[in-house]
Amino acid sequence: MAVVVAFANPAWAQEVTVESVQANLDNVFLMICAVLVFFMQAGFAFVEAGLTRGKNVGNIMMKNLMDMAIAVVAFGAVGWAFAYGDTVGSFIGGSGWFLSTGGFDNVTKEVDFFFQVAFAATAATIVSGAMAERTKFKAYAVYSLVLSAVIYPIVVHWTWGGGWLSELGYVDFAGSGIVHMTGGVAAAVGAAILGPRIGKYGPDGKPRAIPGHSMPFAIIGCMILFVGWFGFNPGSVLAAEGAAVGVAALSTAMAAAGGALAAAAVSWIRGGKPDVAMAGNGLLAGLVAITAGPDVITTFGAALVGAVGGVIVVGSVWLFDRVRIDDPVGAVSVHGTVGAWGVLAVGLFAAEDGLFTGGGFDLLWAQIVGVVAITAFVGVAMTLVFLGIKHTIGLRVSETEEVEGLDVHEHGYPGYGEAIHVGAAPSGSSPAATGVPAQAPSPSPAVGK
Amino acid sequence: MTTLVTAVIRPHALDPVKAALTAMGVNGLTVTEVRGFGRQGGHTETYRGAEYTVDLLPKLKVEVVVAGDEAAGVVDAIADAARTDRIGDGKIWTTPVASLTRIRTGERDAAAV
Repeated sequence: MAVVVAFANPAWAQEVTVESVQANLDNVFLMICAVLVFFMQAGFAFVEAGLTRGKNVGNIMMKNLMDMAIAVVAFGAVGWAFAYGDTVGSFIGGSGWFLSTGGFDNVTKEVDFFFQVAFAATAATIVSGAMAERTKFKAYAVYSLVLSAVIYPIVVHWTWGGGWLSELGYVDFAGSGIVHMTGGVAAAVGAAILGPRIGKYGPDGKPRAIPGHSMPFAIIGCMILFVGWFGFNPGSVLAAEGAAVGVAALSTAMAAAGGALAAAAVSWIRGGKPDVAMAGNGLLAGLVAITAGPDVITTFGAALVGAVGGVIVVGSVWLFDRVRIDDPVGAVSVHGTVGAWGVLAVGLFAAEDGLFTGGGFDLLWAQIVGVVAITAFVGVAMTLVFLGIKHTIGLRVSETEEVEGLDVHEHGYPGYGEAIHVGAAPSGSSPAATGVPAQAPSPSPAVGK
Repeated sequence: MTTLVTAVIRPHALDPVKAALTAMGVNGLTVTEVRGFGRQGGHTETYRGAEYTVDLLPKLKVEVVVAGDEAAGVVDAIADAARTDRIGDGKIWTTPVASLTRIRTGERDAAAV
């Protein structure tokens, strides 16, 4: 038996001990969780495609595909070193370029990187939905490189990397603030500098709906993200410890359910009908809300934290609509606003250390400082990045391109092939029966500026 | 002399209209998906907290060419089959047809119906 194990895994061949078996378990567990987190990219792609129009569906897919590819290379080359390298003044890491060092305790550098880079890709891809339907592809590629190579790694260094926020006592288990708020703040800045989509605001200045083209895409995307989150939060235990993993998983499920129920209820009360897309946003809000503390908040405390997230997300979507930050998928609200709530919720509800659990104000203060610091840093840095892009290669597509769709103008052909009318069209086909109105006019056709 | 009967009806009224026309011996019609509004106007819905108006509602346009003396009966049959007594049932109008040709045989006018 020992011989077989030795041959199967020479690195651990010296001696089979309880510790070596546990180490292997930890690596395999983290690897599986990393795969789940990577699969969240598919969820994001579906959500963003579903909540936008069919004429831009190929562009959305391309952005989600490319930001993941960029993150893997960029985070590996320099992001990893900025995040986890030897600290330079508690602000940024400065060693381990091109993955030359890393890993911790039982977990190898490779497995640890695979898990961490999936988080970097998540932070980057949050922005794609908020800036959908009007951003130049090359501008998005540049943004995504800067975020995953530099901005996100700096935030990680402050916290998980042992920098100044972690010294202050800031707690963020799987990254409500570090991952989601970073993405959400960048999304808000990007959407604000871009300006709203053509037709989003009527001549009277009132926001108008531009309904997405596929609710099935949107909701299946939310469900894929839900599944992926069981890698995101339980995986952040960073070891195959059954008890801790189970607690994190249960809190995650409870918060998601609370968020979906609350958002459905609030949209129903306010709008007269339960809003499908908003309920999906509520599920994601619940997940984001519990991500900072699935290990320290009680099971039904998690349901409450998620439900509050679900209420916040409805109000936040309403608010951003009215301050003319046009976010087609609600990414700013789900990840930014609710990410901040998740961080603060730890300060309120964490076992023993929370304000409401008898721990006094210290933890909540550290959490407040964390929210302010991350928001300010990412907000300022991304403002410079997006303004730089705007004044060099340009941030927004032309009006013609926006009206006709980014698929053809940015990538050469429509995402839905039925819309191609070139060359010899096959006779006898029935375009009306395809059910995908790729070129259908928007229900709010008036063009506003 | 032949007449074109055009009806704009609710999409779900197609099956009863088709059955009624088939029952009275009409042996061909053309259906098109159209959008429009009439006296009912549009209505307002909300999507993610923002309002939008649905001002062009989906309808079906049914076209059938019949001999002139059958037109009145066809109009009545369509009206009976498509009526729900609620606003938005649609409209029917008739147009004189200058000529009608069956492509396969070259038959003309009444013979081509």
